Amino acid sequence: MSLSPAPACIELTHGSGGRVTAELITNVFHRHFDNAWLRQGNDYAIFTPPPGRLVISTDAHVITPLWFPGGDIGCLAVNGTINDVAMAGAQPLYLSAAFILEEGFLLTDLERIVISMAAAARAAGVPIVTGDTKVVERGHGDGCFITTTGIGVVPKGINISGDRAALGDAILINGSMGDHGVAVLAAREQLHFITPPQSDSAALHSLVAAMITAVPELHCLRDPTRGGLATTLNELAHQSGVGMQLTEAAIPIHAAVRGACELLGFDPLYLANEGKLVAICPAAAAETLLATMRAHSLGREAAIIGTVTGDAQHLVQMKTVFGGSRLVAWLTGDQLPRIC
Amino acid sequence: MTPFSNAATIRIRGLVQGVGFRPHVWHCARALHLIGTVQNDGDGVLIEVWSASASALDQFCAALQRDCPPLAQITAIERRRLNHPPPASLTDFHIIASAATAVHTGIIPDIATCAACRADLTDPANRRYRYAFTNCTHCGPRFSIITALPYDRVQTSMAAFPLCPTCAAEYADPADRRFHAQPNACPSCGPQLTLTHPDGSAVALLDGDVIATTRQLLRDGGIVAVQGIGGFHLACDAAHVAAVARLRLRKGRDAKPFALMAADLTTIRRYCAVSESEAQLLTSPAAPIVLLDRLPPCQITGDDLAAAVAPGQDSLGFMLPYSPLHWLLLTDQPRPLVMTSGNRSAEPQVTEHADAYQQLGGIADALLLHNRGIVNRVDDSVARVLLGKTHMLRRARGYAPAPLYLPDDCVTNTTVLALGAELKSTFCFVTGNRALLSPHLGDLDNPRTFAEYQRMIAAYQRLFALEPAVIAVDLHPDYRATQYGRDWAARAELPLIFVQHHHAHLAAVLAEHGWSRHGGKVLGWALDGLGYGADGTLWGAELLLCDYCHAERVAHLKAVALPGGDRAATQPWRNLLAQLDAAGVWSTAVARWSNVPIMQLLLAQPVDLLRQMIAQQINSPRSSSAGRLFDAVAAALLPEYAMQLNYDGQAAQALEMLARPQLAAAGDGYCFEITTDAMEQQVLEPAPIWAELFADLIAGVAPALIAARFHTGLARALVDSAQQQAARFGVTTLALAGGVLQNRSLLVQITQRAEAAGLRVLTAQQVPCHDGGIALGQAVVAGQRYVSGGKVGAGRAM
Ligand SMILES: [Fe+3]
Ligand SMILES: [Mg+2]
Ligand SMILES: [Zn+2]
Ligand SMILES: [Zn+2]
Repeated sequence: MSLSPAPACIELTHGSGGRVTAELITNVFHRHFDNAWLRQGNDYAIFTPPPGRLVISTDAHVITPLWFPGGDIGCLAVNGTINDVAMAGAQPLYLSAAFILEEGFLLTDLERIVISMAAAARAAGVPIVTGDTKVVERGHGDGCFITTTGIGVVPKGINISGDRAALGDAILINGSMGDHGVAVLAAREQLHFITPPQSDSAALHSLVAAMITAVPELHCLRDPTRGGLATTLNELAHQSGVGMQLTEAAIPIHAAVRGACELLGFDPLYLANEGKLVAICPAAAAETLLATMRAHSLGREAAIIGTVTGDAQHLVQMKTVFGGSRLVAWLTGDQLPRIC
Repeated sequence: MTPFSNAATIRIRGLVQGVGFRPHVWHCARALHLIGTVQNDGDGVLIEVWSASASALDQFCAALQRDCPPLAQITAIERRRLNHPPPASLTDFHIIASAATAVHTGIIPDIATCAACRADLTDPANRRYRYAFTNCTHCGPRFSIITALPYDRVQTSMAAFPLCPTCAAEYADPADRRFHAQPNACPSCGPQLTLTHPDGSAVALLDGDVIATTRQLLRDGGIVAVQGIGGFHLACDAAHVAAVARLRLRKGRDAKPFALMAADLTTIRRYCAVSESEAQLLTSPAAPIVLLDRLPPCQITGDDLAAAVAPGQDSLGFMLPYSPLHWLLLTDQPRPLVMTSGNRSAEPQVTEHADAYQQLGGIADALLLHNRGIVNRVDDSVARVLLGKTHMLRRARGYAPAPLYLPDDCVTNTTVLALGAELKSTFCFVTGNRALLSPHLGDLDNPRTFAEYQRMIAAYQRLFALEPAVIAVDLHPDYRATQYGRDWAARAELPLIFVQHHHAHLAAVLAEHGWSRHGGKVLGWALDGLGYGADGTLWGAELLLCDYCHAERVAHLKAVALPGGDRAATQPWRNLLAQLDAAGVWSTAVARWSNVPIMQLLLAQPVDLLRQMIAQQINSPRSSSAGRLFDAVAAALLPEYAMQLNYDGQAAQALEMLARPQLAAAGDGYCFEITTDAMEQQVLEPAPIWAELFADLIAGVAPALIAARFHTGLARALVDSAQQQAARFGVTTLALAGGVLQNRSLLVQITQRAEAAGLRVLTAQQVPCHDGGIALGQAVVAGQRYVSGGKVGAGRAM
């Protein structure tokens, strides 16, 4: 038994694999994530998959700051991976989580993150069934990195993929663009806006389940995270070999985000979202899909924002609010000024 | 001696097709009693000629050159002896059919209606009286109607109009002005006008006369979409206040001045001062829009223009009628017409009927259409005369696709395609000794413009038989043009050569002045809005020591943050805040200058957040932009422009207008500090000017004088620096380029000071100083680097 008082922060011994590691796992991770698989105490989780095709996706989460209005790295790590699995039209079943902690990271902070993850996982109904922890020396990490992997199953008859957008299809989104990107930037840089933007972090699988039930012929789903809506649509256009025509006025953007973007000079279409999806479906099903999305709590602001066009160059175009049109570029990196 | 024992083949190169050159040859030959043939081929014009006397052949060659038709440009006459006798069947001089060979000949631009055709139009006895499609070998549409070479009627949009017997006879008669005039037409066989409502239904005509009805509509304050040579215009009576206001409202264009067309020089002179060289430019075959100084209102007699034509401008853009249709609309009209390009704001000019109905139907009250298709869109060119020289501000109709000729030692056998910049876009092919700069195309973030850009590249390839071997692009990774070129080079496995934005600006100036490849280095101030720098930072006022292949930055304006990136280019107040912040005088400004109007305006903005953005480098890249410095000063002196610009360059232009009358009184102007940085580059530091400028504002000095002091101080600092670097590097030539040099006061001041300091000054004249000229510079730099640079891998950067 250790004679020294329990350390208040992460030390290298927490990653040694010895008793201190075991204590951390038991007292923090198992305690909050608590489920049958973890209780077995194995280094893996074993289960019988339900019928259907399995989907697996993994995501590494690195974010500064760890806490921001509307969320934290914990809920992001859970929701982000659930969303990646859900974008295949799948029902997510299980998650794994790997933590890389920096020496000196406060245990209370870790616990806050783990509680948030546990709450997100419980709310989503997707247990975290296995995991791992490593500790890096002070200065070799940024507090806490979390990698999560999700496994899910695609119901029969569902065939969703980024290369399936077809001429005439409708393009929908489930709500406002840019909330997460602006919220994190404002928190990181301590920019004080009168109405602080809130991250939209949310798990979208129940929305997706409702959507594929209503419109099983759905063609594409994708979450417009890094790079925002503009990047996602360009990716989909290239993957499917099509063009897209958007209507700027139809794209919901919250006043707080619009205001912040106006000041900061950012285009909200390039900012990250963490609780949003793009759906592409046959035009005939668009209204049904829209109604289904709007009936769900995560799709109240859903909108049809454009259509899929034939375009050998796979350009994404947008009719602007001024009646003109512009190309929605696929940027090389950050938003760089171009006006000479 | 047998008759016709003197014989030669004569090869004529240059712009010699579609300009009446073969009839000219025919006339010369007949006058000298020569026998032989003349034909067009891919290299130009080929003559075989036999003469009884040797001197007649010499006279023939001399006459070919001396009496050359007005639109022709001979670049070479090559004469070789011919040793066989003429074929027995040949008893006279003949024009024979074109030979289909590889194309190395030019295509001439669209040319304003000539005096002879104007006489036909206005002569009631002439069969073309009031016929809107009258033209001849010396005038009329060319580039705008051509689909392929050789330039024959079947390869133009006139193919749909078979010639009537009378027109066919003119076409076949070498003695006729319309011999081989491909667009030849008359009322019985040629294109026709229709006047329709925006819903497509016909407008009830007065006496069955489309022109008279249109004139009446315009007189009544109507807006008419007029299908012209290279696209549509939106026309209305420029003196009709309500009509002009309606046009602004419907077109969604708040403040940018409208172009005007007047019946004649006399009408223009009622509104503007027109010098001899300006009159020449207005009446030239290209007939561009010419920017002219406005007369003071007190000197204008009647029919004053609606203020909304060009709000707050001290100059107006006028052109003369350049097609018969325009002549018919304007003859005897005392008032000018607004003739603005037919498009919605930010969209390219419309060329098709369907688009006209769709895009202009909501703007125009009627559409004046014709059925001669516009194959290649060509906007009106814009030019002005400065220091006695023509400066192109938009190079399009009447100029493109005529080539610019490269200096002899820059000629290579590599065809280069340069893709230009993002805004005011053009592209340029260099092949042999010719640089083929496309007409102005517009901003590539507009999908229609981007499509037009690609279509036009394909048209140039077809018309000039070009296949690029090297692709040149800007360094900016997010220019559409850069990405397009990158994709092209990768697909075709061609070398891709990146040319720095400001190097390209300056190289364009060198090329148009025929600067030799071995002419040594020059210094060049690129005074610009923004360009991606060779060091990955954003540049905008760089003194480069350069030739075609190399450029080294030797001085620049101090880099200052652009808070909000591109947002800073449309909101001048951001630049003022950034300048005051960078100069370290922000707290002084708040404490001591707060009763200056602009400070009150600034303090009502979220300045703390903006300063935080600058300090924490949030979307606030630093740039040595000259354009943004002008915006900052404009914001300080003209708060009405501080918040949001309606169009590119609006604030800087207003500042220049404010300064111009006071330049003579400005003395040495404000003092920029010139320092040297760690890289041995001179840095022009604007910090000290702000205290001076605000002290003047507080002391009640007129803003006009303050603006003049700024212009003068900047010009002085730029020339001082250039002079020091010239001495250091032993250079005697200073090139000037970049969009900021559309500022005539700055251009004149720099030029005069630099010349006084013994420097030879080269400015952008034939090619715009702004991004519309970039492609030419890119093409020449890439071509020279390619031939001197050695190994370049396929699709690899250089
Ligand atoms: Fe430029
Ligand atoms: Mg992933
Ligand atoms: Zn003529
Ligand atoms: Zn005819």
